[in-house]
Amino acid sequence: MEKSVTINYERVIHPFWIMVYKEVSEQVRSWRFIILGALMILTCMGSLYTSITSLSAVTKPNDPNAHLFFLKLFTSSDGTLPPFHVFIAFLGPLIGISLGFDAINSEQSGRTLSRIMAQPIHRDYLINAKFVASLIVISVMLLALNLLVIGAGIFVIGIPPTLEEVLRIFAFLVVSILYVAFWLNLSIFFSVRFRQAATSALASIASWLFFSVFYKIIIDLISKVIVPSPYSTSPDVIIRYQKLMLALSRFTPRQLFSDATTALFVPSIRSLGPLTADQVYGAIPNPLPLGQSLLIIWPQLTGLIAATVLCFALSYVVFMRKEIRSR
Amino acid sequence: MNHQPIIELIELTKKYDTLTAVDHLNLSVSKGEIFGLLGPNGAGKSTTILMMLGLTEPTSGTPKVCGINATISPVEVKKRVGYLPDNVGFYDGMTGLENLIYIARLNSMPLKTATQNATQLLEKVGLAEAAGKKTGKYSRGMLQRLGLADVLIKNPEVIILDEPTLGIDPKGIQDFLDLIVKLSREEGLTVLLCSHHLYQVQQVCDRVGIFVRGKLIAEGNIDSLSSKLFSGELLTIEAGISMQDQAELILPSPVAISNLKDSLLGIDGVKSVVYDDGKMKIPCTKDLSATIAKKIVESGIGLNSLSKKEYGLDDIYRRYFENEETL
Repeated sequence: MEKSVTINYERVIHPFWIMVYKEVSEQVRSWRFIILGALMILTCMGSLYTSITSLSAVTKPNDPNAHLFFLKLFTSSDGTLPPFHVFIAFLGPLIGISLGFDAINSEQSGRTLSRIMAQPIHRDYLINAKFVASLIVISVMLLALNLLVIGAGIFVIGIPPTLEEVLRIFAFLVVSILYVAFWLNLSIFFSVRFRQAATSALASIASWLFFSVFYKIIIDLISKVIVPSPYSTSPDVIIRYQKLMLALSRFTPRQLFSDATTALFVPSIRSLGPLTADQVYGAIPNPLPLGQSLLIIWPQLTGLIAATVLCFALSYVVFMRKEIRSR
Repeated sequence: MNHQPIIELIELTKKYDTLTAVDHLNLSVSKGEIFGLLGPNGAGKSTTILMMLGLTEPTSGTPKVCGINATISPVEVKKRVGYLPDNVGFYDGMTGLENLIYIARLNSMPLKTATQNATQLLEKVGLAEAAGKKTGKYSRGMLQRLGLADVLIKNPEVIILDEPTLGIDPKGIQDFLDLIVKLSREEGLTVLLCSHHLYQVQQVCDRVGIFVRGKLIAEGNIDSLSSKLFSGELLTIEAGISMQDQAELILPSPVAISNLKDSLLGIDGVKSVVYDDGKMKIPCTKDLSATIAKKIVESGIGLNSLSKKEYGLDDIYRRYFENEETL
């Protein structure tokens, strides 16, 4: 049978996918997406430039990660600009927030909510379509950025990445999509909760600032209070203290993200927690295979997924109980 | 017209914490009828509509539309019912045509049919030239017309219009109501029209219900209702009269006035004439201002001013409660 390449205008598409399609096209055409995209491409170019100029400096003899040279594109920096993955950690929330903060309340203030709800669709289609559409936009954007870095890297250094490196980069892609999805869901939750788009944007940015700036300060304060005396304590106490501080710091999605990316990009990392001299003794400083690295970051991944799902569930429940009123 | 009820509300009740928005409402609307639901703001009209569409759950009672329980299967009801919310909104970034096509496709119409129907409907409501314009630039009246097209595009059996004339200028209101009547007669639609303007509604409705504080206090066709409440009068015309005596205006003689009274009472539709200090109050069953002005001028008495006072719902409620007290 001959395959037709023309669009079938007679086909009935499920209303949910019509909504997703509409949301995606609205997102992509909006000014905020164009601005964010430009910002992301600029930072990606900037960090690529700094990592390429510093590549010769970071390659040392006897480096266990030397054969995964390509990953250095994502992690190395000459100090003027942070490397790529730190940029994603910093700007990722901004993308998520800007795609989600007015998801529901814009429908309400634009008085389109009751009109859409009067169509033969289930109520949750709206919030699900918004989430799926934003997730698609985020995924495509991050995929494009990663491919851009890989492409530019191949072009400049002339060495193609190995399969292992490509897989690690794709694992990084998945982690960063999850990380941005968390912020997306948080802002969608605020958009359900607050009527004014400005309030929900502010609430989202406030929580982003809290987790990226103030949370660290609070952790530092706590650590200063409970730090054990360096003279009189046993190693047990010190290890317990270290573990507690690490656990506390891991309540922020950013810490989970940077833990996960570090383990992915620096394959020689054996553990994300403290290691005693006993444990390290005799270990050969070899890079771990991808499977092992993934095993190390498994808890981080689970944490990120859990936080994302929790935020979405919360916004889902609140949205389903919301009164649909035109005013 | 057959008398099988297409909308049937049985003991419908909705309670918010302390407030009873809708109180054991019983209502049935026959197929092909234009029914006007009249009530002041906050009477529970919108809540009733939301329950009929399954967007809000009733505390007790059953809303049945097209023989389907709206609380249990809202999607089935929403396939058959078009709803125009008060102050309808559209996606500002999309054109009128795109907005319509989107709604058509949410109703499982293939793109080709959707485009054809949308174009036809835009022509019907007189927006063919504005089809390619973004709805953000539409005027209030145009939005309302687009709203009507939006309601009709799903080929509904019932259309529900919530305050459809709000915010349109008087000329626009007349055109819009005529359009509703014309389209609904053409397609044999059942129309439920909610408003707080008695005069507008009575022009187009076959039957009205008066809805106050969650209760239907009166129901019937306009004639029976107005004869019940106002002994048939629907508006009062107030004429300022005087005689020109050289440079001064003087009050006309009692004889001239009593002659005028008699001639005015001869007009079909005038209920009574009351004269008081240069002013004549003439309650009538329809708008007779032109005839009355002619009679006054013919009588030789000067006409200073002529004003119409329509009975608003306020008068109805006042009348209604007055009647209740005297009963």
